[in-house]
Amino acid sequence: MIKTSLRAASVALAVVLALAPLPVMGAGGEHIVIDKQQWPFAGFRGQFNAGQLQRGFQVYQENCSSCHGLKRLAFRNLVQPGGPEFPEDSVKSLAAGWPNKITDGPNDKGKMFERPAKLSDPILGPHKNEAEARDAFNGALPPDFSVIAKARGIEPTAPWYTHIFLMMRDIATGYQEGGPDYIYALLTGYKNAPKDFNLSDGMNYNAAFPGHQIAMVPPLAKDNFVKYQDGKGSLEQNAKDVAAFLAWAADPSLNERKRIGWQVMLYLLVTTVLLFLAKKRIWSRIKH
Amino acid sequence: MSNHVSTYKPQSRMAKWWDDRLPIARLMHDSFVDFPTPRNLNYLWTFGGILSFCLVAQIVTGLVLAMHYQPSGADAFNSVERIRRDVNFGWMIRNFHAVGASMFFVAVYIHIFRGLYYGSYKAPREILWILGVLIFLAMMATAFMGYALPWGQMSFWGVTVITNLFSSLDGVVPGVGTAIVTWLWGGFSVSGATLNRFFSLHYLLPFVIMGLVILHVWALHVAGQNNPTGLDLKHKSDSVPMAPFAVMKDAVGLFAFLIVFAWFVFFLPDYLGHADNYIEANPLVTPPHIVPEWYFLPFYAILRAIPSKLGGVLAMFGAIAVLFFVPWLDTSRVRSTKYRPIYRWFFWLFVISCLALGYLGAKPADGIYVFWARVFTFYYFAHFLIVMPIVGLIETPKQLPRSITEDVLGPGKQTGGGMGIPAGAAAAPEKR
Repeated sequence: MIKTSLRAASVALAVVLALAPLPVMGAGGEHIVIDKQQWPFAGFRGQFNAGQLQRGFQVYQENCSSCHGLKRLAFRNLVQPGGPEFPEDSVKSLAAGWPNKITDGPNDKGKMFERPAKLSDPILGPHKNEAEARDAFNGALPPDFSVIAKARGIEPTAPWYTHIFLMMRDIATGYQEGGPDYIYALLTGYKNAPKDFNLSDGMNYNAAFPGHQIAMVPPLAKDNFVKYQDGKGSLEQNAKDVAAFLAWAADPSLNERKRIGWQVMLYLLVTTVLLFLAKKRIWSRIKH
Repeated sequence: MSNHVSTYKPQSRMAKWWDDRLPIARLMHDSFVDFPTPRNLNYLWTFGGILSFCLVAQIVTGLVLAMHYQPSGADAFNSVERIRRDVNFGWMIRNFHAVGASMFFVAVYIHIFRGLYYGSYKAPREILWILGVLIFLAMMATAFMGYALPWGQMSFWGVTVITNLFSSLDGVVPGVGTAIVTWLWGGFSVSGATLNRFFSLHYLLPFVIMGLVILHVWALHVAGQNNPTGLDLKHKSDSVPMAPFAVMKDAVGLFAFLIVFAWFVFFLPDYLGHADNYIEANPLVTPPHIVPEWYFLPFYAILRAIPSKLGGVLAMFGAIAVLFFVPWLDTSRVRSTKYRPIYRWFFWLFVISCLALGYLGAKPADGIYVFWARVFTFYYFAHFLIVMPIVGLIETPKQLPRSITEDVLGPGKQTGGGMGIPAGAAAAPEKR
């Protein structure tokens, strides 16, 4: 609870910081500060938490999936190790009941037909194509979510002389979570527009979105969030879980990658030390 | 080296039979086992071996990726995602190839700056240096076309911006620039046809690089390696046989390098790329900032520092072309910057300029950034065209050691100036 309110406070602070220079700098050259969050899968030791991914999928299913597809993922991915790891049977019935059917065919009569999804089918959004989606959303296109967490990031805002040190820190700590950080900031970034802000018709004000005008209506709100199976939930918790889920969707091999990575690093370190000792021994034959 | 007498002795009748017909084992023995390497080489000299590893690694991983990749406008992005998700260990091979390109450039930049610092381009290594610049150029072309292949937003717009540069030639002969651009694109816009030919050339060029590398190594083995003193090998005691001495040191350098390499492959696979390249190419949406891969940023900064388009293009290509003339622009009597008290300051200023240009290349081209880009672009060229010729003439180099052996063992420890006293290392290491 304290953590949540701290987080809310820090988001509020970030918003204040982001908005403060607005009147001076205008929309073009302004930097938006996105706070880094704590993620279980962050850094070089991080792994996805299946429970968080399951909650995140629930948020996606009940909230996001009415506009956004996940077409590069198949239902079978929800079962595989390193993901949400739902039981296979429940994913089978989830796929069969998924509202967006698979277009298959042609059948014996030469006609295309629709059928329920199977484990091997992609997780489709509600629209058959881009034109249909744009038609439904006033010309705006809800992007597919398969790689969205990789396609978003944080622009460095630090002054030039600290740039190299921050870069070194990110490399040393293995920081790759700009995408989920941004998604969290976006979902918790819906605010009332400042008085002097010129908001276009049909747009919504968002503190994290570049230019602050976003077509998407607030998907979550303080009093309108997804309740988990234990009856709990909050805007922040929803935002965090769905950001984690999308991070997995964009990088489903993360757990395996980092596990193998440690073995490779260990092998390389030991081999380098052994080679160095052998080299010292060989070069000790001559003065150098 | 050219005057090095072969010590290869065939050990079996089969080896003897081969040696009389195609002495390839003798060539390998003389080039990579008994080859005399200066005994004072430091770890900066391991980057040649590291670069050979990078080239082979890129070819092997690229070969596997090409088995799964679809070079078409409609399928390229999807097929890369399929490789990441559904191909067995596809994520690892793809990360290795993408990170490998960056590591290749890390290594080549260290290699080039090492050559500049120790004067490795000076006679008799001019051809060796020029072949190196050609390899660098071919690497840049390969990397540029490779970056197009994932067909993300940065791929598409990077290709658009860079190929469009040729249209500046319209200012010289009207129509020529446009004709070249249309020819490069295979149409009237960047499209699947462009991607397809880039894939074809991306597959071809590494083998051109391989050929150039063979010539590069050949030229190296004729002139012999340079070394931190910049002195020629004068005595037998100045060198050690490549195996096991240099080979072992190369192995340590390579594995230390692989630690950094693997860190990026497994823990930061996307750190060196751009987030926008995970958005599928869309000709209708231009990204707010179009930036090339990090290793092109200094040249990109030079391109944008010049107010005229044609001038910028000429400056960018000139920044590489000037490297061809370095052997003749440097008028110094000594090779190594270690013994050049004035030039050494300018060398580090040049390194700082390149890093600054890299930083500025990633920034938007307006305001104060353009000013500094112009300052550092000026110094980039001034370093080669003014500093190198003039400092070499006015500078008095520090006292050079009389030989590599003296540099290593201290003054007066000269082992017999080619008088037939064998160097312990080369002749009988076990007796020392």
